[in-house]
Amino acid sequence: MLGYISRRAYHSIISLIGLLTLVFFLTRLTGDPSALYLPLDSSLEARAAFARLNGLDQPIHVQFLQYLQNLLSLDFGQSLRQNRSAIEVALEAFPATLKLAVVAMTLATALAILVGALAAARPRSLFDRIAGLVSLAGASMPDFWIAIVGILVFAVGFGLLPTSGTGTGLHWIMPIAVLMLRPFGLLVQVVRGTMISALASPYIKTAQAKGMKRRKIIFGHALRNSLLPVITVAGDLATGLINGAVVVETIFGWPGIGKLMIDSIIQRDFAVVQSTILVTAVAIFIVNIAIDVLYVTLDPRIRY
Amino acid sequence: MTASDNPILTIENLTVDFLSEGDPVRAVDNVSFNVCPGETLVILGESGSGKSVSTGTVMGLIDCPPGDIVAGSLIFDGTDLSRLDENARRMLNGRRIAMIFQDPLAHLNPVYTVGRQIAEVFEAHGNGDVGSVRDTVVKLLERVGIPDAAKRVDYYPHQFSGGQRQRVMIAMAIALKPEILIADEPTTALDVSVQSQILELLSDLQRETGMALIMITHDLEVAAAMADRIIVMNGGKVVESGKAQDVFTNPVHAYTRRLMSAAPFGGACPERPRTKVRGEALLQVQHLSKHYVLGAGPFSPKKEFRAVDDVSFTVHQGETVGIVGESGSGKSSIARMLLRLDQPTTGQAFFAGEDILTLEGRALNSFRRRVQMVFQDPFGSMNPRMNVYSIISEPWVIHRDILPRPRWDDRVVELLELVGLKAEHAHRHPHQFSGGQRQRVAIARALASEPDLIVCDEAVSALDVSIQMQIIGLLADLRDRLGLSYIFITHDLPIVREFADRILVMQQGKVVEESDTEMLFNSPKHAYTKSLLDSVPRPKWHGNSLTRHL
Repeated sequence: MLGYISRRAYHSIISLIGLLTLVFFLTRLTGDPSALYLPLDSSLEARAAFARLNGLDQPIHVQFLQYLQNLLSLDFGQSLRQNRSAIEVALEAFPATLKLAVVAMTLATALAILVGALAAARPRSLFDRIAGLVSLAGASMPDFWIAIVGILVFAVGFGLLPTSGTGTGLHWIMPIAVLMLRPFGLLVQVVRGTMISALASPYIKTAQAKGMKRRKIIFGHALRNSLLPVITVAGDLATGLINGAVVVETIFGWPGIGKLMIDSIIQRDFAVVQSTILVTAVAIFIVNIAIDVLYVTLDPRIRY
Repeated sequence: MTASDNPILTIENLTVDFLSEGDPVRAVDNVSFNVCPGETLVILGESGSGKSVSTGTVMGLIDCPPGDIVAGSLIFDGTDLSRLDENARRMLNGRRIAMIFQDPLAHLNPVYTVGRQIAEVFEAHGNGDVGSVRDTVVKLLERVGIPDAAKRVDYYPHQFSGGQRQRVMIAMAIALKPEILIADEPTTALDVSVQSQILELLSDLQRETGMALIMITHDLEVAAAMADRIIVMNGGKVVESGKAQDVFTNPVHAYTRRLMSAAPFGGACPERPRTKVRGEALLQVQHLSKHYVLGAGPFSPKKEFRAVDDVSFTVHQGETVGIVGESGSGKSSIARMLLRLDQPTTGQAFFAGEDILTLEGRALNSFRRRVQMVFQDPFGSMNPRMNVYSIISEPWVIHRDILPRPRWDDRVVELLELVGLKAEHAHRHPHQFSGGQRQRVAIARALASEPDLIVCDEAVSALDVSIQMQIIGLLADLRDRLGLSYIFITHDLPIVREFADRILVMQQGKVVEESDTEMLFNSPKHAYTKSLLDSVPRPKWHGNSLTRHL
């Protein structure tokens, strides 16, 4: 298992280098930062000085080699906007996103497993039909629209919830609800499908022949076997959330890494863009390893 | 054993429908039978005869809907099982009535240890929890013959062999000493030698506990070996019932008679005049081997598994060579290598003088049309989206020179009639045929390229007994009419006796014995061949021992 993880880490480093290279050149396509950071009427000398100070006067391949060299000494560059270490800025914003993602994913998965399992236990029942409708709506409605409607109804209309920002527990409700919607909808469908085929498996007959309680058969035998595909999809959705719930963070003014990424791109804060990508890529790698470990613990037939 | 005369279970006039797309299909039609403590009742029937449905209703394992008990009663110890609610039913299942199934791997939950799954029986009926019954579970596993039970109680189902998994299922079923054990085709998926061990275990347990055993099977030998009484089912109805020996020796119903004529110890089978004069050597296999490397990691030493180990044999023109062995003995690997579906490790094979194992490109292609294969699974080996016409004519699309297109229609009809199907079958799809008919289509497809040699890999193993005899008859007929040669791979000894001229017996990749069919059956030389022949169950009324001992 440890050998497997180190092998995976090794492969991840290769793709990480490729990713950072791509991001390095793409960010530089957005334009010259000095156009944003200096007053409109600054002189050519001032612009040249700004470029020199931030190493932007060098040819692009020299800048890139310099970047790689700095990476080796764990120097991730300076934020132009905040004038401090870019990685610090990224790591500061990350916990807010992580908290949001963990809470939303945990709630969505738990709820989806419960709803999906109950729907599968009685296919075509009223509960199943309602669950199908709600989950389909959840999976297909665009989050920015739901977020805006939510603000309109609960914040502006009833005045129950704050429109945006952080601070109180109330601030969490809308971002989490909106973030949950899509994972919940998709996962209900996955759980229902895999549960229906698990419940048709021969070992369920054995459990019935043993005289086990139906609740135990559903949650003990069938659910355990249908979790693998659920975890695959849930993991995929979780990486999507970690990656910065850009839309939700922007709408609700949530100071997470997604919002930071967008702001930095707009402001041509290259070092910060690169650092946010690095942080989320590492987080996604960890999530994937966690999924693999879960696979092994859930299914004794899987060994790496 | 002593069988009491008061039935513990009495089923009367049971009728079960299945609702499918509006029209109810009658699966079980007015079936009545009973079973007494200590007695073994065998329900004999082919697939679709309703035998599993009738016992499924006893355990409440038939989903309603689509299943529907239209009429009848199932009286167990004074209560009607068909009127029980879910909870009352649950109290009986596993405690007083238990069941084992055909495919133990699928019927065990892959993600839990076998120990836990057995312990669940105790837990479900309030006799302790998973932790506290561990010692009892180990004892149960020891009783059913799992070696090293104290350790293997924590193993998962996939870590056991097929026979051991069925032993685990049996341990689970007898955990609370039920009064009735229903065994639904318990040995069908197992090798003959393992089959006899499992049957012996069931008989022993019955003697110890005095439980009633209801055994469902399609296998005449198994039925004869186990039954005190037999009921024969066909098309959802009981067509015959009575004492085992009577049913076997004096069948009354026409269906039973037809069935029993297939039994190796039933009516005498007409001996086929064997071709004593051998034609020219068609296929010569020399020192064929296939090795697999296992566990080759950078830090683990390489291990070699010899699936086929230095096998040599010859097939003559018009001859049928049977290859017999248990699963994993390497017989299918030989077939796959001869058809060039797998690459051999070493060895040579000459087909009409040409080394076929080194052929490539066009030469390989033209060799392929001369050797054809009929596979075990007539459901999986045909493309479900192609109709029979396309399936049969596909070789002509590949080998352009066999037949000009204008003659395809006539030839397809000819081939269909040759294998006993009708011209109008050409435009149907595989799912519209029964298993036996599909195997006929597979044979017609094999014949389409006008081969010299047909390799049948367990070609009749998936079929019902009476269908098996029909297909064997067809193959024999084609051999005589077209001068075909066969390599007939099977694990089923009685079948090759009917059909093969010569038999190779394989064990762990090696040929341990090769001789003419009659000689092999009458005077087997190798110990393994003897044990294979001994494993064929013998009728219960012939004595106490379950299997023949020479």
